Amino acid sequence: MYVAVKGGERAIENAHRLLAHARRGDQSVPELTLDQISEQLGLAVDRVMSEGSLYDRELASLAIKQARGDLIEAIFLVRAFRATLPRFGASEPVDTGAMRVQRRVSSTFKDIPGGQILGPTFDYTHRLLDPSLAEGFVPEVPATAEASTAATPRVTDILGRDGLIESSPEAEDGASVGDLTREPLNFPADRDLRLQNLARGDEGFLLAMGYSTQRGYGRNHPFAGEIRFGEVEVEFFAEDVGFAVPLGSIELTECQMVNQFKGSATEAPCFTRGYGLAFGQSERKTMSMALVDRALRARELGEETLAPAQDEEFVMSHSDNVQATGFVEHLKLPHYVDFQSELGLLRKLRKEFAEANTPDAMKEAAE
Amino acid sequence: MKLSSIIDNLNAASSVNQVTLHNNQQAQRKAAMAVLAHAEAGEIAARLRNLALPEHQDLRTPESGLVMLRGRIGGDGAPFNLGEATVSRAAVRLASGEVGFGYTLGRDGEKARLIALCDALVQSGDFGAVVERDVIAPLREQLMIRREQAAAETAATKVDFYTMVRGEG
Repeated sequence: MYVAVKGGERAIENAHRLLAHARRGDQSVPELTLDQISEQLGLAVDRVMSEGSLYDRELASLAIKQARGDLIEAIFLVRAFRATLPRFGASEPVDTGAMRVQRRVSSTFKDIPGGQILGPTFDYTHRLLDPSLAEGFVPEVPATAEASTAATPRVTDILGRDGLIESSPEAEDGASVGDLTREPLNFPADRDLRLQNLARGDEGFLLAMGYSTQRGYGRNHPFAGEIRFGEVEVEFFAEDVGFAVPLGSIELTECQMVNQFKGSATEAPCFTRGYGLAFGQSERKTMSMALVDRALRARELGEETLAPAQDEEFVMSHSDNVQATGFVEHLKLPHYVDFQSELGLLRKLRKEFAEANTPDAMKEAAE
Repeated sequence: MKLSSIIDNLNAASSVNQVTLHNNQQAQRKAAMAVLAHAEAGEIAARLRNLALPEHQDLRTPESGLVMLRGRIGGDGAPFNLGEATVSRAAVRLASGEVGFGYTLGRDGEKARLIALCDALVQSGDFGAVVERDVIAPLREQLMIRREQAAAETAATKVDFYTMVRGEG
């Protein structure tokens, strides 16, 4: 039950003033700039763009600053902002095969065309805190080497040539692309909607779901066929211009998971796949997403659906951290009247219980 | 001159989309836009300042909005909606009649206007060559240098596997 609660205005105003003060912290310490956040906390910015579902580094940096580093709060701010702008349309689908790769690894083939490119990665670091970073650290100039002009085809394309892996689902003629920001979610949901949901889903939630599949709750034997990170060009068909206009480039991470094979009396066995794609350098996110995408294909692939990660209604209804935090955190808003009614009921029940258990009543019951 | 409506030109887009880029000027405009979208507004403005620009007016004052970015299932399959990006756009008309369009990622409306102005100039018989020489070409060269540097730094992190023969340890 909701009732208007009045009387807290001044307290709220002063609380927000205090928040602004706490956000700034000790004023003898220099204030953070948005460039500093964007350049030096780049992976936090990537996460806020992915889960905020809005590619704009500057806005994501502002959101992180305003949210005092609370990334879910920042994601909430970005989602609210995107609702204020008109939508011009949808881009042409990006071509991740033509990515200017900054990192590209495969755990399935050592010698992939284009090579294993480590790029800027935490992998193989010793995870020891580095005191030299505390102040005044100047990094070495990056090493350079002659860049190859050879193409870096997707590993799944190479496997696909021999028919060893299922091909990606083709678009049906005239089929529209599902958009969960425009139409309410219905189940069962098609894979386009599932991927959109996972792409903006909470990294922690997807990580736990993906992990659960590895531990046996919907096991599907994954290999990281390929993870690539880099820049792709974006084009937008503008009807006033009459052709697909280049808009610039964005950074994306893509994960192709290669999973246990499937075959039937009529079809030769082949590997199946799960797919992950996210803004920025988001490896944990895209790997988890690919595991969950594959798990959610259980119904389509005729697998038993017993595990949470295979239950699309469960996964898709709980993946969004803005929705989740809204419902969890609303519990701290005034529920005085709700609680009063519960309290009244509980007192009544206790009174009835006490009356039923008085010595007189017990005696009557015994007789 | 008909401008796109403010939202959702998706349907129109998919039907006209199949038209191939046979027009030479169209390819040239697209190539120029691909360079300009990667430049900063200040860099474009600085290069345009060296030109004696013809009279022009805003046909569409700069405005910001969103474009839904699409990926493909498995990288090469059916499209899906990945998430949105901020986009700015503008349109400029030269006194001689050429209409230029500017579209770019981000919320810098001035950059969209400068791209639109360049697009109009690229189409103009009098200015096409000079804007290519003094604005687009130098910006393209800067972009290529940045990309080559990044590619060289990336290449240094490529793994060179070698096999150890047993017993040689």
